[in-house]
Amino acid sequence: MYPELGQLALILALLLAVLLSVVPLVGSLTGRDNLQAFARPLTTGMFVFVGLAFAVLTHAFLTDDFSVAYVANNSNSMLPWYYKFSAVWGGHEGSLLLWILMLTGWTMAVAIFSRRLPAVMISQVLSVLGMVSVGFMLFIVVTSNPFDRLLPNVPADGADLNPLLQDFGLIVHPPMLYMGYVGFAVAFAFAIAALINGRLDAAWARWSRPWTTVAWSFLSVGIALGSWWAYYELGWGGWWFWDPVENASLLPWLSGTALMHSLAVTEKRGVFKSWTVLLAIVTFALSLLGTFLVRSGVLTSVHAFASDPERGTFLLILLAITVLASLVLYAFRAPVVHVRSRYGSLSREIFLLLNNVLLVSATLLVAVGTLYPLVLDFFDLGKISIGEPFFNLTFSPLAVATGLLLGVGTFSRWKKTDGGWLARKLLWPLAVSMLLSTAIMVGYGGFTPWAFLGVFTAVWVTSATFWDLWDKSSSKKGRIHGLKRQSRSYYGMVLGHLGLAITMAGATVVSNYGIERDVRMVPGDVAEVGDYQFLFVDIGERRGQNFTAQYGTFEVMLDGKKVAELHPEKRQYAVGMSVMTEADIDAGLFRDIFVAVGERISDNAWAIRLQYKPLIRWLWLGALFMAAGGFLAVSDRRYRIRERATERATASQPAQKDDQGTAGAVS
Amino acid sequence: MKRLLLFLPLLVAVVVGVVLFAGIGKDPTKLDSALIGKQIPAFSLKDLKQPETTLDEGLFQGEITLLNVWGTWCPACRDEHDDLMKVAREKKVAIIGLNYKDNRDDALVWLDRLGDPYRTVIYDPKGTLGFDLGVYGAPETFVIDASGVVRYRHVGVVNDQVWEQILLPVINEARENG
Amino acid sequence: MLRMVCFLLAITASGYSVADVSAVYGFESRGEEQRYQNLIAELRCPKCQNQNIADSNSPISKDMRNVVYQMMLDGASNEEIVESLVSRFGEFVKYKPDLDSRTFVLWATPAIAVLVGLLVVAGVVVRSRRAGTAAPALSSEEQARIDKMLAERNEGGSA
Repeated sequence: MYPELGQLALILALLLAVLLSVVPLVGSLTGRDNLQAFARPLTTGMFVFVGLAFAVLTHAFLTDDFSVAYVANNSNSMLPWYYKFSAVWGGHEGSLLLWILMLTGWTMAVAIFSRRLPAVMISQVLSVLGMVSVGFMLFIVVTSNPFDRLLPNVPADGADLNPLLQDFGLIVHPPMLYMGYVGFAVAFAFAIAALINGRLDAAWARWSRPWTTVAWSFLSVGIALGSWWAYYELGWGGWWFWDPVENASLLPWLSGTALMHSLAVTEKRGVFKSWTVLLAIVTFALSLLGTFLVRSGVLTSVHAFASDPERGTFLLILLAITVLASLVLYAFRAPVVHVRSRYGSLSREIFLLLNNVLLVSATLLVAVGTLYPLVLDFFDLGKISIGEPFFNLTFSPLAVATGLLLGVGTFSRWKKTDGGWLARKLLWPLAVSMLLSTAIMVGYGGFTPWAFLGVFTAVWVTSATFWDLWDKSSSKKGRIHGLKRQSRSYYGMVLGHLGLAITMAGATVVSNYGIERDVRMVPGDVAEVGDYQFLFVDIGERRGQNFTAQYGTFEVMLDGKKVAELHPEKRQYAVGMSVMTEADIDAGLFRDIFVAVGERISDNAWAIRLQYKPLIRWLWLGALFMAAGGFLAVSDRRYRIRERATERATASQPAQKDDQGTAGAVS
Repeated sequence: MKRLLLFLPLLVAVVVGVVLFAGIGKDPTKLDSALIGKQIPAFSLKDLKQPETTLDEGLFQGEITLLNVWGTWCPACRDEHDDLMKVAREKKVAIIGLNYKDNRDDALVWLDRLGDPYRTVIYDPKGTLGFDLGVYGAPETFVIDASGVVRYRHVGVVNDQVWEQILLPVINEARENG
Repeated sequence: MLRMVCFLLAITASGYSVADVSAVYGFESRGEEQRYQNLIAELRCPKCQNQNIADSNSPISKDMRNVVYQMMLDGASNEEIVESLVSRFGEFVKYKPDLDSRTFVLWATPAIAVLVGLLVVAGVVVRSRRAGTAAPALSSEEQARIDKMLAERNEGGSA
């Protein structure tokens, strides 16, 4: 297969995207159905051609076509085939191709799953998605073509994929992350379409909600995978560094969480519309900001792609056009007339609004903390660093507050909640939380204020969630009936909130009760970390597919009994001669034991990093729960039942033109 | 009023955009020296070329000098070497070398083979003076005025462009202001 | 002295050694060892792509860790150690920014954001109280449309 076919496919996709941006949109504004009818076919064509381009690039990797510069820079003939496959998105150009594959894929999904939406709406949504695609395709075709060739001097072999990336993490983390980032483009497109056609109502919120939730779920998984990957790959046992690139993924997640909750209010009660629309725009803008930060070289990061000012400028202009145009549209077209609705100060609406306040404050905090060094540098006020100590101090209180609010808000009712009733509901969770938190403190051996707050909040959320479930599932026909009566949407919420509690518990415990030691050991030594003893058995050489390694053996004992045998390595890769530390981890639901080999101090003495990480897996488990909750909520009856209602309606009324889709929307 | 508030996000976005735009092309790893405006730190190290001689911070008194941090292990130092030779040859300013974390014999052979642009070279095998100067990666070049005060620190190779646009203006300013 | 003893024990013991090994930098107590770990986690490697000196293998990080260790042995406080490094490498090497006139906005961001948010929520609550009790009445046209829709829905069977 000739790589040029891939380039051609991209250009064709770009042309189709341009048409998609214009034709259906014009059709929707002028009432021309025939133009609007182009939306779905154009979408399909765009997706097919991008898919083709992606297939061509993949083929080039799998067949070691080093005449393609991108393949030569990121692959090697000795690379195992599954890493050759994931190397497709291992560098800047290929990862962008993955980005637009996902974008056109999401656009395709919207085209398929939106039969019941009014034609005007769907035309505009697809057109907006087309516009975003145009921007990125232009960027790829003009500045970041993955199909550039190295003819006539084709290298004999490639420069190899960065050994850090030769890992399972590369296979899963970027795709999940991009599914999330890109998925928020759908909510964005719905928001822009609503601003254009003026139909900003509860129905709009209902349509946007599942797309937002799915994107959010993917992003949660993507971030968790990134954290997990960094933890076992980088060899230091760290799981979050507040690095600019990490923050760039957290920003749309925080904002997206706020959006999810705000959409709930707008859907159910038709209020906060302007705010929700703004959040939808901001969330996607933050996705784009992240894409920019990673590739522009503006901020230093271990995770950044190679930086290039020209590409950075192009991307910034793209970002600027998208965001500024959206915000101008917002400023002129967002509704200022308030929906006249009355809700009490303890209503669910208000609790969700408070939730938004905290989440948006957290978003602002992370954004400011990430960009502040740039601001100071801009004004020549010095080059400062902002890292973990700052964020731990400022982010933790917000996280705790959010959790505490969650517990209270779980019981709130729409429109009005009686204060006394609410307070009484909270008594049980409060008692349980106090007791359990204290027990956990004692169990882990040590009280610190932050540890207590974190654990308390996690237990508080859990007990409030279960207490609410208990409350709602009480039924004259028995508990089982009561439980079955709850919607999937409700269980999605339960899972999601439990996931948050699990993550908070994990983060708190591992940060406060984890132990880390850097010790000097020779074979035969025993080191103590907490209640564990580590015996350094020996260290010797071993060969892998494309590396040689110093292979260590450690026995880990607890109370005299052996619990694990670990084999950390220090690898030297054949191509590029880079040295990688491969830690070995004994993973457990309640604790990890972590060993990494550091420097060689002398002939037989090594610096060994030993770590005890209690509850660290809960961090990522919680995120999986959150994502599962999101997917469960999206499978709720309400998103499927109206399909049937509409079918029945169209069957009995063939000439029906007005399909609002709002009938029956009360749950 | 509410309509005006709706323009606020736009305003914020513009401000952020400007800051980001200004950041493109800047190298975030090039740090300003913490010693600018301060005296060269006190030190007591041997001369590379004359091992019996001990040098101290008085070395920098009396005239404007460049202090170039280098090592034979540093490929970029090799790259800039010819440019340094040019500066030394045209006697624009005296260059004092700081042989950083290196081996004396290797360094002497290097200078012998490639030429010696330095009036004097301080031998700092443990990197103690380098550390006190805030050196974090060779090559680095400091501009030091006649009273031993650090005026500027350049991280990276010295080439024609760096010399003309960065170092020379600092040197001239130091000359004018004493 | 204690350091030396531990070191010797570690070296001379063979097989199962009861005595614990010394930390790569030996400390008097676990508390001091922990203090060291915390310090090096908060200091930034000036050369690397955003790493602290604990996790970085670069030569300058090693030198900095060494200096931190030596200063701790000499009895320096955390502030003195950090200051010593900042005076050489600049404030860049601190991951916790100073609180001064430049960074006031930075540190105040969460408080300001939450405060503004709470004010907005208060405003929303007050405004909703004034909104009156009932939803606005439907116009006769709107009423007719609703009647028609309800009729159609009932015709089509229960949803």
